[in-house]
Amino acid sequence: MRKFDTKVQYLKYKVLREVARAAFNDKLLETVNDIPKKIVSGKEPTMRCCVYKERAILSERVKLAMGGDSSNPNVIEVIDIACDECPMGGYEVTNACRGCIAHRCEEVCRKGAITFDRNQKAHIDKTKCVECGMCAKVCPYSAIANYKRPCENACKVGAISMNDDKSAKISNDKCIACGACVYQCPFGAIMDKSYILNVIDMIKKSENNTKFRLYAVVAPSISSQFTYAKLGQVITGIKKLGFFSVVEAALGADMVADSEARELEEKGFLTSSCCPAFVDYIHKKFPDMVKHISHNLSPMATIAKYIKETTPDAKIVFIGPCTAKKMEFKKPEVHPWIDSVLTFEELQALFDSRDIDITTLEEDVLDNASYFGRIFARSGGLTDAVKQAMKEHGSDFEVKPVSCDGIEQCKFALLKASKNVLGANFIEGMACVNGCIGGAGCLTHGDKNKAEVDKYGKEAMEKTIKDAISQLK
Amino acid sequence: MELEVCVGSSCHLKGSQDVIAELQKILKKYELEDVVTLKASFCLGRCAQGVTVRSDDKLITGFTPENAEDKFLTEIYPFVTF
Repeated sequence: MRKFDTKVQYLKYKVLREVARAAFNDKLLETVNDIPKKIVSGKEPTMRCCVYKERAILSERVKLAMGGDSSNPNVIEVIDIACDECPMGGYEVTNACRGCIAHRCEEVCRKGAITFDRNQKAHIDKTKCVECGMCAKVCPYSAIANYKRPCENACKVGAISMNDDKSAKISNDKCIACGACVYQCPFGAIMDKSYILNVIDMIKKSENNTKFRLYAVVAPSISSQFTYAKLGQVITGIKKLGFFSVVEAALGADMVADSEARELEEKGFLTSSCCPAFVDYIHKKFPDMVKHISHNLSPMATIAKYIKETTPDAKIVFIGPCTAKKMEFKKPEVHPWIDSVLTFEELQALFDSRDIDITTLEEDVLDNASYFGRIFARSGGLTDAVKQAMKEHGSDFEVKPVSCDGIEQCKFALLKASKNVLGANFIEGMACVNGCIGGAGCLTHGDKNKAEVDKYGKEAMEKTIKDAISQLK
Repeated sequence: MELEVCVGSSCHLKGSQDVIAELQKILKKYELEDVVTLKASFCLGRCAQGVTVRSDDKLITGFTPENAEDKFLTEIYPFVTF
């Protein structure tokens, strides 16, 4: 069974695993310089021009695995020497153009950007082209190619540009840390900083949960991950790493759905506050809309707050699919509750650094939340939950939701809402396409993931939000 | 005095929610609602021994809605300070 989608993820994983292994053995300082050679051990290059460049890039990856550049507040960083400086010409006509006489490309271009030379071959006038891509779609020879960089293409908030040396550059004032570029860069030149050392340090300092208790709060999207093992085995694995207990972030989602429904009824218009990248996007692009963001903490922070309020000696690590959570937990209103954040990729690396083969473990249980809390992991889930909460409250307020699947849809909805033409009273914003299951920190991304989340949701003992949160009062 | 009922995954599946509901009734019945506060806790570390309740520093395991009143009267009530 595949563990990762791409070899870039696998490479990143190997670095994380080696760094974690050394850290667990208290040998990181002595051996950190050997890690690149350990991963690229031969003399023949397999990724770049030579093994020396491969190792140089690996040492940059090691740095990111160890927390990255502390002077850069963003958790997403470009490894400039790893950037292949892809061409970035946008739409161009390739030599597959046969100079046909139909000229579909010309017909479809609304900007009149297509001209023809003496051989009837098409040319694109860059001063007119708006990169809509219609010409590429209609060409019967697929002769028009998009040379837009994958990172830029992935970044729907326009935060990626080019340095003078042609390497990619991230504008921190636009970046929402969604991680789309991290997952999409075919050379792995953009990476998220890792806090695994931070977590390993906590595991050690808790001395088997005697000094303080270390809790893992796991995102519901975990149900679509680690598919080569059973979810119960993943829970046992997390405990084997040194966590005292594992709690579902979905219970926080139940709590959020309950209070968000009340807030919506009171205010009449609301945008969700669960997705940190979406919230950040509103702050950066639609400052006038900030007042409409729900005042609820995210499910992660809500459940963590609850745990810390009942268990004063708790320390809490969130484990999820999300790179933006690594930004969220540093916010002053969240930081008291969450001590660190890991992605599923990093969790896999931690398992293997301790040689924990989760497929051989017994199954533990994970059950705190309701169906509705669990389906937050996919687009549309939050909306369903808020509607359900409204129903459970016996309210007759009509929720007119719009579920935005991916940051592009969020942009359209926010734009309409800011002009008062949205025709809805609740915006569910998810920066990743498909919701959290499309997160950059997921091990695998696939069509089945939504079904997995729904299946896991149905397995919940509690069928209603009210039941799930009643025990907490 | 504080009573902490475990709502970790294991106890939750064993019905800690019903135990909480039962304890609420018991506290009402003996008019202890002002002296004993009921709280939830995520895992008290006795996952294999049934629903667990912490009363001060003592962990009492194996709670069910049926035996909750017995257990409360014998193992918790004597230690309640008014």
